[in-house]
Amino acid sequence: MLLRFFLMGLDRKAGIVLTILAFLAVAVPVLTLWVPADSPFHLSVFTVSLLGKYLCFALLALALDLVWGYCGILSLGHAAFFALGGYAMGMYLMRQIGPRGVYGNPVLPDFMVFLNWKELPWYWLGFDHFWFAALMVLVVPGALAFAFGWFAFRSRVTGVYLSIITQALTFALLLAFFRNDMGFGGNNGLTDFKDILGYDIQADTTRVVLFVATVAALALSYMIASGVIGSKLGKVLVALRDAESRVRFMGYDTESYKLFAWTLSACMAGVAGALYVPQVGIINPSEFAPASSIEAVIWVAVGGRGTLAGAILGAVLVNMGKSYFTGALPELWLFALGGLFVAVTLFLPKGLLGLGAQLKAKLPGRKASPLPNAQTANQATGQTAGQKGA
Amino acid sequence: MRRALRWLMAVCVVVATSTAAYAADPRAIDLRPLVQALGSGGYSGTEKALTQLSEAGDPAAVPVIEALQAGDLYVRKADGSVVVARKAGDAFTLTDPLTRAALGDAPAAAVEKIRINNSLRRAISASLGALTLMSPDAGVRRSAADAVFKSRDASALETLSAAIAKEQDKGVRAAMEQARAAILLTGEAASKMTDAEIQSATDTLTARGDRDALVLLNMVAGSGASDITKKSAAAAVSTLEQKLAFWAALQNLWYGLSLGSVLLLAAIGLAVTFGVMGVINMAHGEMVMIGAYTTFLVQEFFRAHAPGLFDLSILVALPAAFIVSGGVGIVIERSVIRWLYGRPLETLLATWGLSLALQQAVRSIFGPTNREVGAPSWMSGAFELGGLTITYGRLWIVVFAFAVFAALLVALKRTWFGLSIRAVTQNRPMANAMGIRTARVDALTFGLGSGIAGLAGVALSQIDNVSPNLGQGYILDSFMVVVFGGVGNLWGTLVGALTLGTMNKFLEPYAGAVLGKILVLIFIILFIQRRPRGLFALKGRAVEA
Amino acid sequence: MSAESTLLYLDGVSVSFDGFKALRGLSLVMMPGEMRAIIGPNGAGKTTMMDVITGKTRPDTGTILFEGDTDLTRLREAAIANLGIGRKFQRPTVFEPHTVWDNLELALKAPRRPLKTLTYAISRDDRARIEEILDITRLSALRSRQAGSLSHGQKQWLEIGMLLAQDPKLLLVDEPVAGMTDAETEQTAELLCSIAGKHSVIVVEHDMSFVRALGVKVTVLAEGSVLAEGSLDAVSANQQVIDTYLGR
Repeated sequence: MLLRFFLMGLDRKAGIVLTILAFLAVAVPVLTLWVPADSPFHLSVFTVSLLGKYLCFALLALALDLVWGYCGILSLGHAAFFALGGYAMGMYLMRQIGPRGVYGNPVLPDFMVFLNWKELPWYWLGFDHFWFAALMVLVVPGALAFAFGWFAFRSRVTGVYLSIITQALTFALLLAFFRNDMGFGGNNGLTDFKDILGYDIQADTTRVVLFVATVAALALSYMIASGVIGSKLGKVLVALRDAESRVRFMGYDTESYKLFAWTLSACMAGVAGALYVPQVGIINPSEFAPASSIEAVIWVAVGGRGTLAGAILGAVLVNMGKSYFTGALPELWLFALGGLFVAVTLFLPKGLLGLGAQLKAKLPGRKASPLPNAQTANQATGQTAGQKGA
Repeated sequence: MRRALRWLMAVCVVVATSTAAYAADPRAIDLRPLVQALGSGGYSGTEKALTQLSEAGDPAAVPVIEALQAGDLYVRKADGSVVVARKAGDAFTLTDPLTRAALGDAPAAAVEKIRINNSLRRAISASLGALTLMSPDAGVRRSAADAVFKSRDASALETLSAAIAKEQDKGVRAAMEQARAAILLTGEAASKMTDAEIQSATDTLTARGDRDALVLLNMVAGSGASDITKKSAAAAVSTLEQKLAFWAALQNLWYGLSLGSVLLLAAIGLAVTFGVMGVINMAHGEMVMIGAYTTFLVQEFFRAHAPGLFDLSILVALPAAFIVSGGVGIVIERSVIRWLYGRPLETLLATWGLSLALQQAVRSIFGPTNREVGAPSWMSGAFELGGLTITYGRLWIVVFAFAVFAALLVALKRTWFGLSIRAVTQNRPMANAMGIRTARVDALTFGLGSGIAGLAGVALSQIDNVSPNLGQGYILDSFMVVVFGGVGNLWGTLVGALTLGTMNKFLEPYAGAVLGKILVLIFIILFIQRRPRGLFALKGRAVEA
Repeated sequence: MSAESTLLYLDGVSVSFDGFKALRGLSLVMMPGEMRAIIGPNGAGKTTMMDVITGKTRPDTGTILFEGDTDLTRLREAAIANLGIGRKFQRPTVFEPHTVWDNLELALKAPRRPLKTLTYAISRDDRARIEEILDITRLSALRSRQAGSLSHGQKQWLEIGMLLAQDPKLLLVDEPVAGMTDAETEQTAELLCSIAGKHSVIVVEHDMSFVRALGVKVTVLAEGSVLAEGSLDAVSANQQVIDTYLGR
């Protein structure tokens, strides 16, 4: 049955994506570890970690596309789930430092010693086991998303309102994690990691293995996402994206459908965060910043929402652009990013992957197919425009 | 020791402000022998002379004692007279301690410093306090009484009683009596007092009614004093606590109102663009920021060309900020937003992009650091109202916020422009058919909302750092206010802003600023889920459509 | 009249929006298998009536019972739909990005829980049923077309087909022939009549010739309550109806 589920989602696009990912999983280790350093084909470990970072972002974008592209839920707080997953992994890595910290305390991380804490807070218990941390990477973002979604969807908070409260959610978490009393390292976050599963986190092989793990997670998530989209459940999701009340009158409990996709998406974002942290070596509250969530949205928009593959493409392209600009022309990066937001919404409503279809639609004699979001959008404005100033 | 130090510092302030008053005092008689005595007999001799000087009760002794305290009092070796000597190069400039007549210069070897120790230091401060209580200047006497109240130095008791007997000014006498009560209740004297005296002393302190009195009474209630004293103090504590809690609540209410009006200012423009037009403008905060930078530029202009009129710069900045921010708003509407009507999520993203670009533009032009925006004189300072402290700056912002709100309300209700806005938002095709140029109304409405944001920027420049990130801090709060109050309802925005402002300030003392803010956010998240359309939502089919 | 043995029973249902009374004490009874046409001027409360039956709007007062014993005022839309009440909106709402076939598959009577739909695989019976509905609604040739690219009339038909696929006990149909050509109107009337018997149907319609073509009992609503009930001829002769409906 599981096989059938995955096969359901397999189409030509999925084939291309999975082939590219498989290629990366093989080529990158070979080029890094076995091609001599003086060869022009050699990849530095720095590049590998950079690529790994992009793919973590791609996984976050994929998760976001699942809810935005297919359920019409524009989350402006997905980075929160990403960061929570990252913190869960960071806590494991902190515990692995053991007595090698600056203060040499075998149990307490440095920042707790610094704060004069005497023992480990209860919510840090268990994080010395990898399996527990790995479980928490899924459970913590998932549980938060479930609780949040359960309330929000049941109360029929939709459209812009939902976007704004997701933003409030991540902002509240940002403020909370900045506090030292929370026990997550406050402003500095968690860093100075040493080992993961007993292997030196700085070692070349570890870095390559982490990269391959990221590729695998992305591939698996892609298959899950496209399996869900290809199933009848996915068709319900798309249907409710455009005409939720119609789906409800057909007897589908749309809230549970949204909750399913939302929670699944949050778990994926958590995994992305968990893979991100060991590769960049730090997790701090700035990951919760409202701006990072909104940036993730633009990755999806650039690639094309509602296409899955587009989210991956967009995340990688935009972040490559970011790396280039912040290195070469830091002054211009925000102009470029800001311009990208405007240009994509105005000229590329279907993103890069939709560009072909969009151009075709422009040709005379062909009727443009309606935008997937046109109807939801109208509903949302109807809600606000229908009301008048007091 | 600590107490003495505190006392000392308080007295220094009093003395420093009052020296001038003594200089001209004609009663400088009989003091000279005492002053001379300061210079002989070592520490004990000095102390004895000091006590006598103090008991003479002549304020003219104050500068002498002050000089002693500062270590400026010397003995001239030639004739053994006491002089004030101040170092000028290698030599000293000598003056007469009482008359201040110049006595010429003397080499360092010719004078010897009158040395003081800790015990003397305490005696000096006590006598200074006692003497200032007798000053002819009511303000000096009052400060002296307050200083005694704080130090509760028992040695000042006698002088204090004498001063009370002589005192004519009601307010000063009250302050002195409070000081006396403080000494009596905390000192050894308390055990010898009658019940009635204790009661009257605690009453005096209760009447003072501030936090200092409360601390004192609490100390008495918890001290080893007699039961009756403790009981009386405890009763006074509870009365006082109630009173203080009342004023504290009122003060919090004022802070809340003040924060609420800031939120109102930031949100009210959004209430127009989001509430009335349904446009999500994430660059709203940047409109505020542009308003603040406009204020900065206007002030720079005034500083450079008309520094005398600086107090008026804010008044000029208001229309300027409205026009600049409103103009930027119109440009944004015409170039970006009009293509995105009916697609709120896309509008959100595009305007977010604009906000990034605007921030970077301002950063490139003005630099990333804070810019100095000054306050006009009529906006600085504070006044007391009962137990409240109110700063003029905040007061003006509250007034201004309400004025803007009222003006907007009138504009939307009573003007032709307001009518067209409402017509267009309610039924666009019909408005169009009736000859209203809807595109123009859209642009102007957006300009209006942005212009109001600019006005908010002028106000915020007075209380916040003017930096490229100024707007970001307010955008989320503004959305919260509008959504909480109910979209499309200006009154909702008003109530929303004030409620959230007050809630924030009332949570702060218990939870701290950050946790308080988190709690407010969580409250809003939960609230929106209970009432997705906000506090003042319209019901009915129009909403569902 | 007792509520037992009725399919739908509305008694004293009132709804108000900000002081505007959309329904005032509306009472209506439907028997199993019955077909009913509802007419009334704009603002008479026709759409609001459908809203309260399907759970979109909660009534302020009044009773709404389905099959004599199920209180609809306490249920959410999806639960009401699963009881067997289907609704067709005034403006056709089909799922535009999906194909005609997928639209019908989504509507088809089948388990509605997320985990069931996640693992759903179409059975032979389901396939046959969809084929049958495609036939009835004359959309067989268009089965792989995106619903968004259908004409207005085709969308109306697809929506009726989706209702059939849902196999409800009661169908609420809001202005099914708005914007249709005369020929399409006639065919739609035939279609609805053929459905009646197996299903109960409530049709809200402005088009008098269409109501006449249906030839069923007519309820006239005005200002939120029932003004008259009976055959079309009888209500047309009713003086009150003439005053409210035709007088303005």
